[in-house]
Amino acid sequence: MGSIQNQRRWGSLLVNIGLLLLVLFWTIPTFGLLVSSFRTRESIQASGWWNVFPHRAYETVATLSPAEMGLDPTGPMVIEGVETTFEEMRKTGITTPDGTFYRWVGNRRIGRVEIQEQSWTVDWDFTLDNYRQVLSGKNFEYKQPDGTIKVIPGDNFISAFLNSLAVAVPATVIPILVAAFAAYGFAWMNFPGRRMLFIMVVALLVVPLQLALVPILRDFRSLQINGTFMAMWLAHTGFGLPLATYLLFNYISTLPRETLESAFIDGASHFVVFRKLILPLSVPALASFAIFQFLWVWNDYLVALIFLGGSPETKVITQRLADIVGSRGNDWHLLTAGAFLTMLLPMIVFFSLQRFFVRGLLAGSVKG
Amino acid sequence: MQSESAQEQSGLVARLLNLALPVAALIIALVAMYLGFDFLRAGSAPKWLIVLVAIVWGVGGVAALYWILNWIVERMNLKWRGRLQPFVFVGPAIVMLMWFLAVPVLRTFWLSLFNRDGPPIGWLNWSDIGGSFASLSGRFVGLDNYVAVFTDRLMREAFRNNIMWIVFGATLTVIVGLLIAVLADRSSFERVSKSAIFLPMAISFVGAGVIWNFIYEVRPVDVPQIGLLNAVVVGLGGKPQPWPAWTAISPWNNLFLIVIVIWLQVGYAMTLFSAALKGIPADLLEAGRVDGANEIQIFFRIMVPYIMGTIITVSTTVVIFTLKVFDVVWVMTGGQFGTEVIATQFYRQSFTARNSGYGSAIAIVLLIAIVPVMIYNLKQFREQEAF
Repeated sequence: MGSIQNQRRWGSLLVNIGLLLLVLFWTIPTFGLLVSSFRTRESIQASGWWNVFPHRAYETVATLSPAEMGLDPTGPMVIEGVETTFEEMRKTGITTPDGTFYRWVGNRRIGRVEIQEQSWTVDWDFTLDNYRQVLSGKNFEYKQPDGTIKVIPGDNFISAFLNSLAVAVPATVIPILVAAFAAYGFAWMNFPGRRMLFIMVVALLVVPLQLALVPILRDFRSLQINGTFMAMWLAHTGFGLPLATYLLFNYISTLPRETLESAFIDGASHFVVFRKLILPLSVPALASFAIFQFLWVWNDYLVALIFLGGSPETKVITQRLADIVGSRGNDWHLLTAGAFLTMLLPMIVFFSLQRFFVRGLLAGSVKG
Repeated sequence: MQSESAQEQSGLVARLLNLALPVAALIIALVAMYLGFDFLRAGSAPKWLIVLVAIVWGVGGVAALYWILNWIVERMNLKWRGRLQPFVFVGPAIVMLMWFLAVPVLRTFWLSLFNRDGPPIGWLNWSDIGGSFASLSGRFVGLDNYVAVFTDRLMREAFRNNIMWIVFGATLTVIVGLLIAVLADRSSFERVSKSAIFLPMAISFVGAGVIWNFIYEVRPVDVPQIGLLNAVVVGLGGKPQPWPAWTAISPWNNLFLIVIVIWLQVGYAMTLFSAALKGIPADLLEAGRVDGANEIQIFFRIMVPYIMGTIITVSTTVVIFTLKVFDVVWVMTGGQFGTEVIATQFYRQSFTARNSGYGSAIAIVLLIAIVPVMIYNLKQFREQEAF
């Protein structure tokens, strides 16, 4: 009996440790990004973000001149009886028998020798400048190491944020409205072609949107709406409709028949029943799809790339971020701050409405 | 007599009004929508105002359109109302689906039969039919684009990589998702762990690209590594590598991109598996344990068969997803270093090289790869009693 209990305890320990490792693997990448976004430009480039945690690092306690020590960096050197070379001194440093650590800093000609000691330290030089620069559209001046000043334009994420909102809000609400009407029609009205049309909806669920891009781009060009928000709403409405209709149909068709019938007996029209009865009853399903679609539109890059184009006025936030990746892929202070800004709103939506999101996932896929 | 004609007259007026009012309402609504459209297209107002108008106009306009159409239909007699009202409800959705998904499939197929110039606009001119066909002859290439799709070096690379994406990406997503669902179910911090693993689903591919680019960041050998992976590798005595751009191990450098999508998608798989596992009757598991089965046997003999339906659903969804993968590759490597996939080739051919014929052929091949899933979905749908 005792051995079984022991086994259980070990099993549960193993489960928890295994899961903890997986959770760490899933959270560390995002955590590293978040920490880095608050570090200064120089410290991001100089050391890994994990240095914000206490770690042992070498600190200079004294600076010596190689000439006074009688060292010639072009050949073998001897310090306190230890023979070494310039390369070794610079790369790893040497420790003399009395425990002193020597290191060469700088180049061969005008370098210096430092005595360093290991101690516990943290790199806490946090700043909000990265966010300031990414958010604003103004120019920023940098003093470079050689003293010259470099002017870098801000990335105007505030404007991109507003653009993303202008795209995402209607591109979420419009398909929901259109799909809810359609779902009600499919579930509670009778008309010729009802079955065939719904089969079409199911078939279109998996059609890759790549198929539609070239023809739709031509339509938008001839309508002269290419590059406008309206093009994005139309496109996202079209691409999101199959899933929206399917999800909402699954929900609306299972609402109790008696409730609807008693409303019809009271003389209510379809429109009134839909507005006053079906919509309020379907709020959980509507919310699930809304979160789905909002995250999808907010995070979309491909559709924006094609239908919004390259005008800086209308660029959405993912395009802005991709721009920095493309043009200044080494400016980690901007990339980390920018990436975190793109994630901010989806994360808030996600954490506050997680319950609905999970429900939507289950409703959409367990049947599908 | 007089009162009768007055009545008749007022009847006529009423009927005219009955007809004119809906038409007027529709026209007013359309004009209002056009004015909003023009305001938005001009785009000279401050940004926040444009955004506000965009939202009100976009959402309000659609709602108003439904309301007016329904209002018109409800003024008709009962017979017509019964016939037309369903189409007021379903019609807009059907029109959108046709325009944005169903018809483009045919149009893309049509485009794929032509070279980069595409079909000549209005090419079938009946009065000069010979001339029409002459203008067609140079552009119409039949199935040549498809031959190119299957012989082009970069396309072959893309196919190979997409197969890798499915074999490793989709499989590992399902396996890790299942593993986490089982572990979380027995752990003492189920909610927190599930939230943490689910979170990447809220992150865009571009954002995830930045996160992982930072992890893969490489520095020369003699300076401190700021990328986590290379720091670990150097700490263990290895040499830093530019992981996704490490051509020496091609095609295995694709795995460093695939990891990103696994990281993004496992939350989805885990959520579905977790719900399915909780649906297994406790007696069934208890009966297995009483019969002396160990936990591993219970997992493979009871749990897996019981949730097989969910495993199939998750697998097909993830396979479709990995077939279409674009953003991650585009942002991380741009398809260089042997990481091209079908969707990046599609984008490059259609929009960078502006060869819409070739690009369309790639899109059609992508669709053909997905058709089995579509057929499976339809079969499942038919088996349901719901319709």
